[in-house]
Amino acid sequence: MSTNQRLEVTLETQLESVDLAENIVMRASEAAGFPEDELYRIGMAVRESVINAYNYGNSQDKRKKIRMTVEFEPEKMIVRVLDEGKGFIPEDVPDCCAEENLLRTSGRGLLIMRAFMDEFRIQKGFTGGAEVVMAKKLPHSISGNGKH
Amino acid sequence: MALQGTCREVLDVAIVDFSGKITLGEGSATLRKMIRERVDAGNRKILLNLGDVDYIDSSGIGELVASFTTVRSAGGELKLLNLTKRVHDLLQITRLFTIFDVQSDESVALSRFRPV
Repeated sequence: MSTNQRLEVTLETQLESVDLAENIVMRASEAAGFPEDELYRIGMAVRESVINAYNYGNSQDKRKKIRMTVEFEPEKMIVRVLDEGKGFIPEDVPDCCAEENLLRTSGRGLLIMRAFMDEFRIQKGFTGGAEVVMAKKLPHSISGNGKH
Repeated sequence: MALQGTCREVLDVAIVDFSGKITLGEGSATLRKMIRERVDAGNRKILLNLGDVDYIDSSGIGELVASFTTVRSAGGELKLLNLTKRVHDLLQITRLFTIFDVQSDESVALSRFRPV
C-alpha cells in the first residue's frame, strides 16, 4: 500500500452501519499488514466509535450522517469518526471503572477505544459534532516509493 | 454468527449455553430475552456458558451487567462460565471481574451458587 492513502466513507445513522464500518476498516487494516489480534482491536475500536456516533452523537436520527475516514501515513493508520451532534466533553463522561458506576449498562465505549488504539482523542468536528481521532502504528514502515 | 442460546438444568441451576456474538442489536436482545425467560420461569440460579461466544462489544457487556442486576433483583444469582480470551480481556479492562463470579469449570461454577 502506498503512503498517504485515504478512504472516506459516509455512513447512514442506522444499526447496520456499525458492522459495515468495522468491516471496512478491518479490510483496510488487513491490507496494511496488521496481524489478527490487532485487526480485532482496531475493528472493536471503530465499532465502539460508530456505536457512539449512532446512539449519542446522532441520537439515532436517520437524517444525520456519520463520516469516517481512514488515512495511512508512513508510520501509522488514522481513523476518524465524525457525527452531526452537538459534541461532548470527554471529561464529563462518568468513569465506567469507578466503583459506583460498575453496574451501569452503558458508558464503556471510550475506555475500550483508548485501550485498543495507540492514540485517541476527541475534538470538535467541522459539523459541530464530536470527532473521534484514533491511530494505530503500522506493523512495518512504508517507504516513500509505496512499496513495503 | 447471531447469538443463539440453549438452556439446560443441572440440579437447580439453569445453564444457558450461548454461541455467537453479543453485540448491539440482535445479540444483546437475545441475551436480554433469554434471561427474562429464565427469571419468569422461576430460575434463581443462572449460569451463562460463554465458551462459544467469540465476540462482545460494549453493548453486549452492558447487557451482561443488566442481566446480573435483573437476576439479583429477583433474589437470584448469575455467574459466568468459560470466557474466551477476548471476552475475558474485556471484562478485565472494564473491571467487571469485581462484579461477576467467573469460572472455567462447570462443576466448580455450580458449587459456587448459594444453597437455597
